[in-house]
Amino acid sequence: MNSELLIPLLTAAVISGTPILYATLGEIITEKAGVLNLGVEGVMMMGCFCAFITAQLTGQPWLAFLAAGLAGLCTASLHGLVCLVFQGNQVVSGLALTIFGTGLANYLGTPYIGLAAPGFSPLPIPGLAELPFLGPVFFNHDPLVYLSYLLPGCLWLVFRHSRFGLGLRAVGQSPAAVLAAGLNATAYRWGGILIGGFFMGLGGAYLSLAYTHLWTNNLSAGRGWIAVALVIFAFWRPGRAVFGAYLFGGIMALQLRLQAGGTTLPSSLLLMLPYALTVAVLLFSSWQRGTQAPAALGTNIEPSS
Amino acid sequence: MHGFLLRIAKRQEPSPLWRSALVLFGAVLVALGLSILLLALRGISPLEGCRVLIMGAFGSSWALQDCLLKAIPLFLCSLGVAIAFRLQIWNIGAEGQFALGAIGATWAALAFGAQPKFILLPLMILAACSAGGLWAMIPAIFRQWLGANEIIVTLMFNYIAILLLDFLVYGIWRDSSGFPMTPAFSKNAILGTIGTSDIHWGLVHCALLGLLCWLFFRSTRLGYEIKASGDNVQAARYAGMPYNFLVVLVMLLSGALAGWAGFLEVSASVHRLQPSIMVGYGFTAIVVAWLARLNPAGIALTSFLLAGLRAGVENLQLDLQIPAAFGAILEGLILMTVLAGGFFLSYRIVVRRQT
Repeated sequence: MNSELLIPLLTAAVISGTPILYATLGEIITEKAGVLNLGVEGVMMMGCFCAFITAQLTGQPWLAFLAAGLAGLCTASLHGLVCLVFQGNQVVSGLALTIFGTGLANYLGTPYIGLAAPGFSPLPIPGLAELPFLGPVFFNHDPLVYLSYLLPGCLWLVFRHSRFGLGLRAVGQSPAAVLAAGLNATAYRWGGILIGGFFMGLGGAYLSLAYTHLWTNNLSAGRGWIAVALVIFAFWRPGRAVFGAYLFGGIMALQLRLQAGGTTLPSSLLLMLPYALTVAVLLFSSWQRGTQAPAALGTNIEPSS
Repeated sequence: MHGFLLRIAKRQEPSPLWRSALVLFGAVLVALGLSILLLALRGISPLEGCRVLIMGAFGSSWALQDCLLKAIPLFLCSLGVAIAFRLQIWNIGAEGQFALGAIGATWAALAFGAQPKFILLPLMILAACSAGGLWAMIPAIFRQWLGANEIIVTLMFNYIAILLLDFLVYGIWRDSSGFPMTPAFSKNAILGTIGTSDIHWGLVHCALLGLLCWLFFRSTRLGYEIKASGDNVQAARYAGMPYNFLVVLVMLLSGALAGWAGFLEVSASVHRLQPSIMVGYGFTAIVVAWLARLNPAGIALTSFLLAGLRAGVENLQLDLQIPAAFGAILEGLILMTVLAGGFFLSYRIVVRRQT
């Protein structure tokens, strides 16, 4: 493949991969704290809708971006309420959150189907954007993409070198040890759920503010679930999540390009690609058995009397 | 300092039935109340909303029949999901297994349409159950031998199965009319209705399969092993139970039941294969199975109630232009409140005066 075809494809891969990257990082934060949140899809949808509606009403993309994060945080807090306060099963609560969040976003969004909202547009970085190959692929995007470049590094720093990150990881490994150290294990889990939800909401915001610029039902189309699979692929490491997200961005971009290019392959088979790739990626990373999941992932902390 | 101190204490004895029923009722009431608030946001009075919902679900003999027809696929999918949940295998793929069942049945109906009914219908059921069962078996094999998380794989298989259905009806199976659907089935491929009612014989299938399931768990060795392994995998392995085999078997049965539901949908309700048969029964089935605590009789009752909810929401859509997504909100909220309500069955709150 020559660079005339490759550069637009890779550029599109970065764009399509960005919402998945935000959501994957959010799920990594939540799972590091030992909480499995399968509601990513629902949380993303709520973020996506709140970003759209805020942008429509105020015309302020950054305000809309923030609103999406807060919407994600609020939606994810329901998971905290069910699992941390009421000791509900994390798998079932996550599924319920997906059903609820997707339903609520579609319900509230019905009057706006097909309407456009102001969003972000590309903002080339002076100097860097002129680089051959790297320039157009990485430095000719909207600000949300640049922000997503910084996040994995920041998260790595937080996990490795901050008190909060240490506590978060500890509560994911052994809540009993955290309790024994005199810390509030449940508070750390709340932190993981809420901050994670904030990031998932941002991923949803990218879809309506930068990717489509308009609202339709089920805009997320399974990206939340892809994010859940990517956490396993990434071995719970923010850095590896970047590769996974762009891999999926690439396959989605390729699928769109093939469709637009008038291929003879039926579109339903092309649309299968990302989902089939998710299974393949999951099989690959499960077979590798590298870094294991946080030891206490999916288990609740019993209230002590 | 005077005040009250709230303490949480684990209940020593299992909760009696009345308390479970009370908590379930309370949880559903909270969920309904919250959703009705959403209707109020659109300027619809809660009373009117409730009336339209209930009338659409159970308000007339036509509504009741519609409800029963929706409950049939829900019941079978949910029965399947519950079998897998028993073993703590999270089969989220009933929707895809239902699609594969419909595809399998359609294949048999199109290939052997000239065969007499008593040969064709069993053939269609066999094809539907094999397709659904094998489709569900793949994630089980991935899980046991490669360690792949079955939640994600079964969920991805849903998307793939629905797209496969689209591929077939938009492609090689497309009717000469040009619409994305297969030709109508021959008369022999259609499962008839009971007497003069609108209810098809699938209802009897449900009753028989439900009974079989109940007997399977109650009085067979395999059923016992599944329950025991679900309660404690390690202990079951030490006792020499064939865990890998059980997981694969359970997923095969689970998928076969969803596949059977797919057969009923094309053979008895729609009489052809078309994309509109995918309305999310497979997802609602998860809600049903969990609410019914995996018990077959409970699943029958809950399927009927949630089918009523679906019918009621359709009525809300027709009468008051409420978006269809309202149904998902209700289902999600009910599942969450019931899950949270479970807390009051395992724990109690002790109030103490602090001095």
